[in-house]
Amino acid sequence: MPPLSFDLIALQLFTGLALGAIYVLFAIGLSLIFGMLTVVNFAHGAFYMVGAYVGLFLLSLGGNFWLCLLAVPLIVGTCGLIVERFLIRPLYGRGIDYPLLLTFGLSYVMVELIRIAFGKSGYPFDTPEILQGAVNIGVGYFPLYRLFVIGIAAAVLLGLWLFLERTSFGLIIRAGARDPQIVRVLGVNLSRIWLFVFGIGSGIAGLAGLLAAPLQGVIPEMGATILAEAFVVTVVGGMGSIGGAVIAGLLVGVVVSMTSLFAPEMAKVSIFALMAIVLLIRPQGFFGRAGLMS
Amino acid sequence: MNELSQTLTQPVVASAAWFEFAKRHRAFLASTVVLVFPLVMPFTALAVNILIYGLYAVGFNLLFGYLGLLSFGHAALFGTGAYLCGIAIVHFAWPWYAATAMGILGGAVMAAGIGALAIRTRGIYFAMVTMALSQCVFYLFYQAINWTGGENGLRGINVRTIDIFGLQFDFINPLTRYYVIAAFVILALFALSRILASPFGAVIEAVRENEARARASGYNVTLTRLITFILSGAFCGLAGALMALHLSVVPIEILHIETSGMVVMMSLLGGMGTFFGPFVGAAVFLLLENLVSLWTVHWQLIVGAVFVICVLFFPAGIWGTILKRINP
Repeated sequence: MPPLSFDLIALQLFTGLALGAIYVLFAIGLSLIFGMLTVVNFAHGAFYMVGAYVGLFLLSLGGNFWLCLLAVPLIVGTCGLIVERFLIRPLYGRGIDYPLLLTFGLSYVMVELIRIAFGKSGYPFDTPEILQGAVNIGVGYFPLYRLFVIGIAAAVLLGLWLFLERTSFGLIIRAGARDPQIVRVLGVNLSRIWLFVFGIGSGIAGLAGLLAAPLQGVIPEMGATILAEAFVVTVVGGMGSIGGAVIAGLLVGVVVSMTSLFAPEMAKVSIFALMAIVLLIRPQGFFGRAGLMS
Repeated sequence: MNELSQTLTQPVVASAAWFEFAKRHRAFLASTVVLVFPLVMPFTALAVNILIYGLYAVGFNLLFGYLGLLSFGHAALFGTGAYLCGIAIVHFAWPWYAATAMGILGGAVMAAGIGALAIRTRGIYFAMVTMALSQCVFYLFYQAINWTGGENGLRGINVRTIDIFGLQFDFINPLTRYYVIAAFVILALFALSRILASPFGAVIEAVRENEARARASGYNVTLTRLITFILSGAFCGLAGALMALHLSVVPIEILHIETSGMVVMMSLLGGMGTFFGPFVGAAVFLLLENLVSLWTVHWQLIVGAVFVICVLFFPAGIWGTILKRINP
């Protein structure tokens, strides 16, 4: 074990933030969809995985990474629109378990389709050339790409926040999350809003998959692992709360990277221990609205 | 007029009476099916698999179908049963019956641990928490290489003969093996039928139907949930232990999320909340998997699609739909 120094811990903290940024992007879509549609999207991991594969495919066609950053969320988001419109919409009003079960079955189908198209084994995903290397961030050299991931996540969050808080469309979304019935009475076509929210959520999941690809490679099963970890994030942060998803996502990322520094064998288990503690002390999570789940 | 209506209703009454009879003797009828089952299957190994996964689904259905809690972490209970049974045989050279008991106990204790945390949450959180905790259990077993063999799985669970009350059964012979395992499954079915018919079984369904009303009637909802989770864990632990004896190895995949998802699919395909549905679901799932595998390696595509169609159009499942037809 290298001698512990302040710099090492600070660097590891930044690594945790980069990892956390991926969790945040993933969990925020999950939370947004749940907050609006009360659908727990078990296919969210599959959308994440599809995002990485779409990026891989576009790059193999000769596209560049910057184009992918734009195209991947659009393509994956469109898949999300189709899924909501034709598969999830018929299930509204039939109990909370059915959309969950449906998206679970759908994730099987999506993973298998990707296996058919790209094969069972994984692919490496090169970090774009401009983003290779490391920069000095004051406490030591830090990989540029990880910094970039943090930056993109911050930009997406800022954009989403402005959209939700500053536009009239965002106002309808927030109102719909609070009381869908009243919003309907006021003459808003909520099913179109829900369609759109599902599309945004899956688009962001696709973007998260693309951003994670250079860090961990691309395999068809990549979605299942992060789904379980994102559930920890949503349980810790409080389901349906976007602020909760941000704070809990960063916290989970930092906890993982810190335990892998101090006790590597505990790294995988640590976040579940975190979840257990939160459940014992505050079952609804940091920002969970009491009564929402009952 | 009176006579006419009588003749019209008579067959319905007769079928209802038959239905009541079938319901009362459901464990006996299910056992009969289990006994003749291997004779109609293409090969016995498949029948054994259906039997064990059927029991796993029955244990899951106790929680999902009867209590109404959707768990996505049952692989942890199934896997713990398998691993503890295997560890008892491989590391401690316990006899097979003690190891099986250990598997049941392991499933129940694991269920108590997961359940104690998970039932603190309600509704939709439950599925997420159980899934996350079972992922945690996966990593714990994965890292305890000295005990579980890690990635390679636990090998060397060699049980050649099974002796019960002085009788010796050749466990290598597939058909004998089937009936030994079937004996356990039948015992479990009778136990389950007894639990469901008891006052406690009525409380389980009352909690599913209306939690507030059950609480107002003076029943301890939280305790009912925990006990049902533990019972479900014991059934799944038994299924896991039988799996370990059957395979003579415990692969690490037994703790994967897919093993949790599989039992959800089986239960829903068969019909949740019905006594025999989970078995039908397990049989359909595994037969489908075997049939489609003959034709393509991408069986998950077909199974997933069938499941999606089932959720959309037949939420009562195959057996549930049949029951509704017989006794609307």
